[in-house]
Amino acid sequence: MSQSAEKTYDVNKIKSDFPILAQTHQTGKPLTYLDSAASSQMPLSVIESLNDYHRRYHANVHRGIHQLSELATEGYELARKKVRDFIHAKSKREIIFTKGTTEGLNLVVQSWGRSNLKSGDVILLSQMEHHANIVPYQMLAQETGFIIRYIPITPTGEIDMDAYRRLLSENSVKLVGATHCSNVLGTINPIAEMTRLAHDAGAVMVVDGAQSTPHMAVDVQVLDVDFFAFSGHKMCAPTGVGVLYGKQALLEKMPPFLGGGSMISEVTFDGFTTGELPAKFEAGTPNIAQAIGLGYAIDYLSEIGIDTIHEHIQGITEYALERLSELPNIAIYGHGELRGGVVSFTLGDIHAHDLSQALDFEGIAVRSGHHCAQPLHRLLGISASTRASFYLYTTKADVDRLVEALYKISTFFANQNKG
Amino acid sequence: MDAMYRENILDHGMNPRNKGVVSPATLDFEMRNPLCGDRLRLTLRVNDEHVITALGWDGEGCAVSQAAASMLGERILGMTVDEVKHLTKEDVFDMLGIPLTANRVKCALLGLKVLHVGLYGLEFWQSEDEE
Repeated sequence: MSQSAEKTYDVNKIKSDFPILAQTHQTGKPLTYLDSAASSQMPLSVIESLNDYHRRYHANVHRGIHQLSELATEGYELARKKVRDFIHAKSKREIIFTKGTTEGLNLVVQSWGRSNLKSGDVILLSQMEHHANIVPYQMLAQETGFIIRYIPITPTGEIDMDAYRRLLSENSVKLVGATHCSNVLGTINPIAEMTRLAHDAGAVMVVDGAQSTPHMAVDVQVLDVDFFAFSGHKMCAPTGVGVLYGKQALLEKMPPFLGGGSMISEVTFDGFTTGELPAKFEAGTPNIAQAIGLGYAIDYLSEIGIDTIHEHIQGITEYALERLSELPNIAIYGHGELRGGVVSFTLGDIHAHDLSQALDFEGIAVRSGHHCAQPLHRLLGISASTRASFYLYTTKADVDRLVEALYKISTFFANQNKG
Repeated sequence: MDAMYRENILDHGMNPRNKGVVSPATLDFEMRNPLCGDRLRLTLRVNDEHVITALGWDGEGCAVSQAAASMLGERILGMTVDEVKHLTKEDVFDMLGIPLTANRVKCALLGLKVLHVGLYGLEFWQSEDEE
């Protein structure tokens, strides 16, 4: 990061917008939060927006003809418009509120997949997918018998594009599923190009945007993806809200996912007709406060500038990779050229759980385990890893504290091991 | 850090006793900790009096789960299946003697779970229960 960019990006001021980060850890040490890829924190403006809804206009949406319901509906629909503009969708009919990325991907599989994937059909998923972009397909494949093939990754942890092209030409592929940014390797995948190739082969493109949307400018029209799912809680919004973007032409043709209130046009004792988009896919009372909170999170991120945030995270990640590489017994997974703000690693023969526990004793929060990507970990030949992830409020001092703690833990375990 | 990672925990955790697989085995059972994907396999042999005469732990796990399994293995060698049945999670906590957070309790109890669930599948577990 250049000097001037660092000057204009006041990370400490940004950090002060997040009340939770001002806490002292129970050890008495400052809290160093390096687990934003699992869940990011909320700035005060978002917390206040939830409070405001609960205190001032809590009511159901699209139902009551009364002041509170009107206000709630207005707030909920304004959030939808903010999402539309944030990811550059054509219409708010293409923005479906879900409870998170997982629900969005399941919706695609159960609705589009169930009506389009037949026995013998082939779909492609990358080897670096999160369980949420694998298991829903496996569940449906068990019923209908379509075939899942995996796009291999290179030793640097990037999509093997030659293998991808080969898989597309050798099979009649109906769907391609890939993550925009790996939650383990950090790799940012060439989604626009992958989508172009998928479309040339006649396949639809489903993208897991959970790790990219929080820090990358997403333009679904430029990417030309058919479906794009992401979560609020990884981008400064509360848990319980996510978004599924789908191209209107596809969504129109798809059967509903969940049945219930909101998604109908008319119901008789004999049957029902579905409602208009996006209500067709939003059965039941949605997470209204959370959706409103997501709108405020988008305001917050947009005010700073998503490109500015991206640049900051790139700088921090670069710095972290440089500093972590100093450790003699570290193995870092993922060496892609383009990467998001996650670094996964193992340290000597210390198990990931022990490492994250020991880091917690230093006031440092990281993720440990397989990060819901067990097949990828097996491919890497490890059962678990430790992951540090960075966001707009992460400082170089946070990274320094992590590196210092890792030195300390490494020495501690080495000495104890010697007996 | 020292409170949890005491010398004996690290000793057992990083050099677990009875590591390996015994064969032939009366019991061969494996479970996973879904939280972290850790795998723990127990092979164990009992004699005609249902006394545990040999056992082996296999798999990977954190220091806490490995230490707990290692200590538990040492404890149950020479015990009868009926005695093992009455071991509780408190016994495991006592053996470890360290403070555990809610998430780490799962690590600590994986060995006991493999032992109990595995033994439950053996024919004479049920019959002894009825005596």
